[in-house]
Amino acid sequence: MKAKRGFTPDIALICGLCLLPVLWLLWRFFQNDLGVNPVETVVRQLGVWGLRLLVLGLALTPLARLLRQGRLIRWRRPIGLFAFGYVTLHLLSYVVIDQYFDWAQIWSDILKRPYITFGMAAFVLLIPLALTSFNAAIRRLGGVVWRNLHRLIYVIVPLGALHYFLLVKADKSMPLVYAAIIAVLLAWRAWEWARKKV
Amino acid sequence: MLIRHTPDLTDNDVTPKEVYLRRREIMAAGIGFGLALAGAGAQAAQVTGKLSAKRTFWTNETPTDLEAVTGYNNFYEFGTDKLEPVKYASALTTRPWTVKLDGDCAKPQTVDIETLLKGALEERIYRLRCVEGWSMVIPWIGIPLAEVIKRAEPLSKAKYVAFETALRPKEMRGVSDRILQWPYVEGLRMDEAMNPLALLAVGLYGDLLPNQNGAPIRLVVPWKYGFKSIKSIVRISFTTREPPTSWNRYAPNEYGFYSNVNPQVDHPRWSQATERRIGEFKRRPTLMFNGYADNVAHLYAGMDLKKYY
Repeated sequence: MKAKRGFTPDIALICGLCLLPVLWLLWRFFQNDLGVNPVETVVRQLGVWGLRLLVLGLALTPLARLLRQGRLIRWRRPIGLFAFGYVTLHLLSYVVIDQYFDWAQIWSDILKRPYITFGMAAFVLLIPLALTSFNAAIRRLGGVVWRNLHRLIYVIVPLGALHYFLLVKADKSMPLVYAAIIAVLLAWRAWEWARKKV
Repeated sequence: MLIRHTPDLTDNDVTPKEVYLRRREIMAAGIGFGLALAGAGAQAAQVTGKLSAKRTFWTNETPTDLEAVTGYNNFYEFGTDKLEPVKYASALTTRPWTVKLDGDCAKPQTVDIETLLKGALEERIYRLRCVEGWSMVIPWIGIPLAEVIKRAEPLSKAKYVAFETALRPKEMRGVSDRILQWPYVEGLRMDEAMNPLALLAVGLYGDLLPNQNGAPIRLVVPWKYGFKSIKSIVRISFTTREPPTSWNRYAPNEYGFYSNVNPQVDHPRWSQATERRIGEFKRRPTLMFNGYADNVAHLYAGMDLKKYY
């Protein structure tokens, strides 16, 4: 049976769900309900949703295997692209509403603040992945090159989690939850590769 | 120059007008309020009441909205999220409440909060700069710390003042997490503690201190990062050696004993050059000693502030 392609109802549903966090933020903005420090709320919410979607994207392959639902593999692209979207908005919110285009400060943050260095590295590495997330790119690059390129995600997601871990002042419990989930998802892959090699 | 002592402000600039107009009535009510409390028993609830105070120090900057001052707090005993203290601090019983003065002093004693509230209170409008990079302007009401210290007559060998927050696991839902070592402790050098800017606050915006802001009595040292201004104090001790401080104990390379606001010395993980004033959009430059250099810079003459951060 040939898998359904294109903008199928399940993909449409995924896209709709992925839009909810940003719509919720917009709603809160217009309701003047972003709290005492709205800039902080917006920057953090966009960042944390970027990370959540990245982790979810990483979970789809093991989930597809575990649940025997090959369909889930097709959800990786919209979820990955929405993750990129949130990460981009997160970065833009830092540049525009947090630092207000203070380029000197932003540049020194990138060089001097490890959490910003790692966050920025994760963003830069995401760009080629987002740019090659369409069928023609896969054809042009060839499956093997494309797949190797997209394995960058195994570096990007831990960088994102590290970025989060380093910026938290004291209560590291949430960053550690993300780190643990990511560790499990990556360990599963390592285990799969080791098994295949034998 | 940000500190203005010009009389361009009147008492009704900060205190809500209706409160200001009823101030004598409210003072009278305050006397009855103490009696009412006596009958309230051991109910754990927010103790409220109006305070009357003479304004002795101010800035002409706009005070931060009361809602923000009382709804966005770092008080880890009630949770690490800044929205948690307002939700959970009402569990703290603030009456009866005493502050123990002990250590190297001639007259160790226990001071009742009601005694302090009956004394002359001052209103001071101070900037508050959090180490996280945000700031507020808060009209505190309190007693100069020096006055309370003098009650105990510290000995000449007492070089430091140590402060301790209440530790009530049944009332403080946050202390089950061992994020910091409880109880929260802080410290000042004796000359810092005796500086006229150092205040023991018992109220803000004309009211008794809300629990989430450190009721019933907290320190306010406006030239230092906010975490130095320890909340809900139960003990003040005089010591010969530099006392431990909670955040320094947690991460000594990030939080020093002094922790003076200093835009030139960055926190290892983030810049301290600018801050976001709550209620404003654009960041503003952070001032040396939070703008109180004229009052406190002499305390640190000759010290390498990069080393003693």
